[in-house]
Amino acid sequence: MNLWRILTNGVVKENPVFRLLLGLCPLLAVTTALMNGFWMGVAVIFVLTSSNIIVSMLRKVIAPRIRIPCFIVIIATFVTIVQMTMNAYLPDMYEILGIFVPLIVVNCVILARAEAFASKNPVVSAAVDGIGMGLGFTIALMVLGGVREFFGTANLVINGQPLFDAPLFEPALIMIMPPGAFITMGVLLALLNVMVNRGRSGAGA
Amino acid sequence: MEIIAILLGGVLINNLVFAQFLGLCPFVGVSKNVEMATGMSAAVLFVMTMAAGVTALLHSLVLDPYGLTYLETVTFILVISSLVQFVETFLRKASPVLHRSLGIYLPLITTNCAVMGAALISVRQGYGVGLSAVNGFAGALGWSLAIILFAGIRERLELASVPEALKGIPVALVTTGLMAIAFLGFQGLFRFLF
Repeated sequence: MNLWRILTNGVVKENPVFRLLLGLCPLLAVTTALMNGFWMGVAVIFVLTSSNIIVSMLRKVIAPRIRIPCFIVIIATFVTIVQMTMNAYLPDMYEILGIFVPLIVVNCVILARAEAFASKNPVVSAAVDGIGMGLGFTIALMVLGGVREFFGTANLVINGQPLFDAPLFEPALIMIMPPGAFITMGVLLALLNVMVNRGRSGAGA
Repeated sequence: MEIIAILLGGVLINNLVFAQFLGLCPFVGVSKNVEMATGMSAAVLFVMTMAAGVTALLHSLVLDPYGLTYLETVTFILVISSLVQFVETFLRKASPVLHRSLGIYLPLITTNCAVMGAALISVRQGYGVGLSAVNGFAGALGWSLAIILFAGIRERLELASVPEALKGIPVALVTTGLMAIAFLGFQGLFRFLF
C-alpha cells in the first residue's frame, strides 16, 4: 500500500468523523469556535501519530492478550505530554478545552487506529496513517467549529483577530449552545450523504 | 442539601449527554432499542459510581498529597479499565444471569468517555470521596435517562418516513439536538429551587 493512499484514506475515504463516526464527544464539545477545533485537532494529530509509531514499534513485543491495556498506557503518556505542553504554552486554550484534553485518552479514534492499523503495520505506514486520520479529524473539527461560530456569533475569529468588523447578521445563539452542535452535525452528515449519493448515481449513469 | 443539588443537577441540568457531550459513542451506538439501552445503562450506572468513588479516593490519598497530580490521566484510565475488568470477572462468578445481560456492554465502557469525564469533573470540583460517588451516580442516572428516552424515540423513527439523506445517524443527531433544547428548559429549575 503506498503512503499517499494511506494518508488520503484517513482524510477522505475513512474519515474518522464523517465516515466512521468515531470521536463524537470532543468533536461536539469543543467546536464552539474555529480555533478551538484547530488546537484540539493539533493535539489529536500529535497523540495519534506518536501512539501509532510506538504501538507499531512494539507490535511484536506486546502479547496479544494484554494489548489493550498496553495501548492505553502508551496513549495516556502522550496525552499527559500534550496536557503539560498546552498548559505551559497555550494556557487560555487549555482552559477552554478543559477536561476534553485529558479525555483524548478515551477518544475512540486513537484506540481504534492502534488496534486496527498500527498493531499490524510497519512504523512508517503507521505514522502516516496517524497523520492522515488526525488530519481528517482536524478538518471535521474545523468545519463544525467554523459553521457553528459563524452562525452563532455572525463572525469568525482567527488567531484572536475577528474577520469582520461587526456581526454580519443577528447571531443565532442556539448554534454555540449544546443543541446547536447536535443539529449542525446531523445536517452536515445529511448534506454529505446527499453529495455521496449524487456522485454515485452520476457515476452509475 | 448538596447531595440533592448534585443529583438533580447531574440528571436534569448538567446532563452528561445534552449539556456536556460525554458518552456520545455508546449513546449513538447502542440506542437502537430500549432493551439494549437499559442493559447498557445498568452497566454504566454500576461502573460510573464505583469509578468516580475510587478515583476520588486515589486522588485524595495518593496523587494529591505526594504532588503527583500530573499522573492523573494515566492513573484514572488504568483504574477505570481494571475496574471494568474486575466487575466483569466478579459478575461472571457471582451472577451469571446479570453477566449474560450486561456482559457485552462491559468492555465497551472502558472507552466510554462519560466514566472518565465524571471522574475528572468530580476531582476538579473538589468533591470528597462520598460526593464524588454521588456525582458519578447522578451523571450515570442522567446518561441513562437520556439514552433510554432516545432509544424509545429511535424505535419510532424506524417506522417513520425519513428523507433518504437523513436516514440513520443524521436524523438521530438532529433528534438529540431537539431533546437537548428541551433539557435547556431545566436550567431555570436550579435558580428557582436553590
